[in-house]
Amino acid sequence: MFKILEKRMLNPTICKMVVEAPRIARAALPGQFLIVRSDEKGERIPLTISDFDREAGTVTIVVQPIGLSTRKMVDDYKEGDSFADLAGPLGNPSDFVSMSPEELAGKRYVFIGGGLGTAPVYPQAKWLHERGVAVDVIVGARNKDLIIYEDEFRGACDNLYICTDDGSQGFKGVGTAQLEALVAEGKSYTNAVAIGPMIMMKFATLSCKKLGIPIMVSMNTLMVDGTGMCGACRLSVDGKTKFACVDGPEFDGTLVDFDEAMRRNAQYKEEEALANGK
Amino acid sequence: MANRIPRVPVREQDPKVRARNFEEVCYGYNLEEAMLEASRCLHCKNPRCVQGCPVNIQIPDFIERVAAGDIPGAAAIIARDSSLPAVCGRVCPQETQCEGQCVLGVKFEPVAIGKLERFVADNSFADEACSAGSSASPHPTTGLAGGPPASGPRAARPCGANPSAQESTVSDKAGELPAKQARRAVAVIGSGPAGLACASDLAKWGYDVTIFEALHKPGGVLEYGIPEFRLPKEKVLKKEIDEVRALGVKIECDVIVGRTVTIDGLLDNEGFDAVFVGTGAGLPKFMGIPGENYNGVFSANEFLTRSNLMKAYRDDYLTPIRAGERVCVVGGGNVAMDAARTALRLGAHTSIVYRRTEVELPARKEEVHHAREEGIEFLMLTNPVEVLGDEKGRVRALKCIRMELGEPDESGRRSPVPIPGSEFEVPADTVIMALGTAPNPLIARTTAGLETTRRGGLVADEAGATTRPGIFAGGDAVTGAATVILAMGAGRKAAAAIHEYLKNKN
Repeated sequence: MFKILEKRMLNPTICKMVVEAPRIARAALPGQFLIVRSDEKGERIPLTISDFDREAGTVTIVVQPIGLSTRKMVDDYKEGDSFADLAGPLGNPSDFVSMSPEELAGKRYVFIGGGLGTAPVYPQAKWLHERGVAVDVIVGARNKDLIIYEDEFRGACDNLYICTDDGSQGFKGVGTAQLEALVAEGKSYTNAVAIGPMIMMKFATLSCKKLGIPIMVSMNTLMVDGTGMCGACRLSVDGKTKFACVDGPEFDGTLVDFDEAMRRNAQYKEEEALANGK
Repeated sequence: MANRIPRVPVREQDPKVRARNFEEVCYGYNLEEAMLEASRCLHCKNPRCVQGCPVNIQIPDFIERVAAGDIPGAAAIIARDSSLPAVCGRVCPQETQCEGQCVLGVKFEPVAIGKLERFVADNSFADEACSAGSSASPHPTTGLAGGPPASGPRAARPCGANPSAQESTVSDKAGELPAKQARRAVAVIGSGPAGLACASDLAKWGYDVTIFEALHKPGGVLEYGIPEFRLPKEKVLKKEIDEVRALGVKIECDVIVGRTVTIDGLLDNEGFDAVFVGTGAGLPKFMGIPGENYNGVFSANEFLTRSNLMKAYRDDYLTPIRAGERVCVVGGGNVAMDAARTALRLGAHTSIVYRRTEVELPARKEEVHHAREEGIEFLMLTNPVEVLGDEKGRVRALKCIRMELGEPDESGRRSPVPIPGSEFEVPADTVIMALGTAPNPLIARTTAGLETTRRGGLVADEAGATTRPGIFAGGDAVTGAATVILAMGAGRKAAAAIHEYLKNKN
């Protein structure tokens, strides 16, 4: 059993939980995910690891209710309760984790986080920032009440740019528009990473392609086991079938077939709607 | 004459009824039927059935006990060589193994060894076994050099014993090893048939054994792959695994070796002295034809995992599954039959699409027979060339080509050749690919010095020793997808090799 030590609503729908999982905390690296199953009858839900503390033996996950299982996780579990299963870390760490200090020295990273995807940007930005790499972070949401992780990012990057669709905080517009504006002002980046809804990552990729910035995206596909066994997470990358769980989750955005990936992610929409109506 | 008695038929659920439920198909023998069937055994001087069994169960000996009505005695004989008899009695391809060798089968029908094994196992679980001791003589001649001492609940269960009492009995057994050796710890990676068999033997010798399982439930393919109607999970598999736990084996789930921990971490930081890798062959294969990523195309692994491990067929579990109206299952092995029969039970009209003929179907005969009885359609000499989708990217049909058999290939089977211009469409809203599986590369990639074959299997010798001292492997992780019983046999051989290795290790 995996005990929930801390639970906090970050905005009206997004929930942060710190969970006891010593083995995962010891092994986790930025970019990886885990699978959580709340109880015997729940689904296996893949969630990107939003932070880890090796000494405390904890990992942080951030959940937004979409299906019945995620709703149960947020509604029914409180501090002190335990999840039946937490398995991970899964997938490959971000590519920069294996770069040498020399390789990292000349890098200037920009991260674009959208919605729930903002949280998993945090361990990546932190990792690079701690190593002295230039990091800018763009966080986007519909309005200022939905912005998450603002305080955390203040200490984990050089510049934090908030943008909202309605202009209630920071830049008015989406994250990719903010990026294009920054570049137009003279900012330059060697690498970009976008994490968020697939549609956002698709547009971030289009922008970066235009700006000539290499971009990595974190593919949050459907999964069952998360270890390469089922193939539910398969997607086309450079015309080849890849499994997000073992070949990813991060891929070169310019090679990903986003339209196919979005269509595949909607595979169980009818079942989900039915279940949510139950 | 014993051989004049015809093979005792086994009672089964009516095909029309079972096609709509997930209850077990076969009811198994009762005591009377089992004793009658057991009386058919000729007790050959040189029992070929034993040689046909990958774990060398002393078949005539246990059958003799069944004929005499001594079920605990029969169970004790089987337990010397197999830790999963209730599973094997259900899923082994007996027709090509023990029963395929039975002399009676030459003129008549072979003894129903599998059904007898199942009967013995089902009637010797901790909560069911109750008899005044066993009369089996302790003379393990396992055929495997230096098998472990006959011990464990089934081998010596006093009437009414509870598992915890058993555990202390078993740990007393550790005295059979020199104290230093008994403290040796072995990590077993994967709780499928290979891992369970290996762990059982090591525990019987007195080693401190921990199994690491990546999924949330132990059993490997027995849990996620084989459906309830063929291998009941609570009634059979869980009990069988409890028997392994009762030997003192610890099982830690949710640990993905290669990610959560590495083999080197287990050896260097967690005090393990040897490792057995029984991680199976879990990676699904796809055909590489156009349209394979349309919504509605699944690997058999995904479809079966959703239904079996995640219990999607039950209303009280949350995992979704979709079979649709018409399902095509591509492939002809046991996994294809399992997927097809699962789809049928979920309400779909289901067809098996296979490129050779029914004679070449690699599935167990009984599964093909059951599938046909239940109403599965068999499209033989048919090979998919493309998955066709609608404007929303959902499967609408499987485009196939007719095949004919040509020259035999390296496997000895006549290879199928497409007939030009014979393409046709099979309407389908779900396509399930059951084309076999390959070993997961995770362990090899994260463990220095472990070599793999071209096909991704770990390189290991006959005894299971890999290219790194102290690391052993067996089952599908070495051979690629094969059977439960072959994996068990490999697990047992590796256990013996680990025993040797630890004897000589300082």
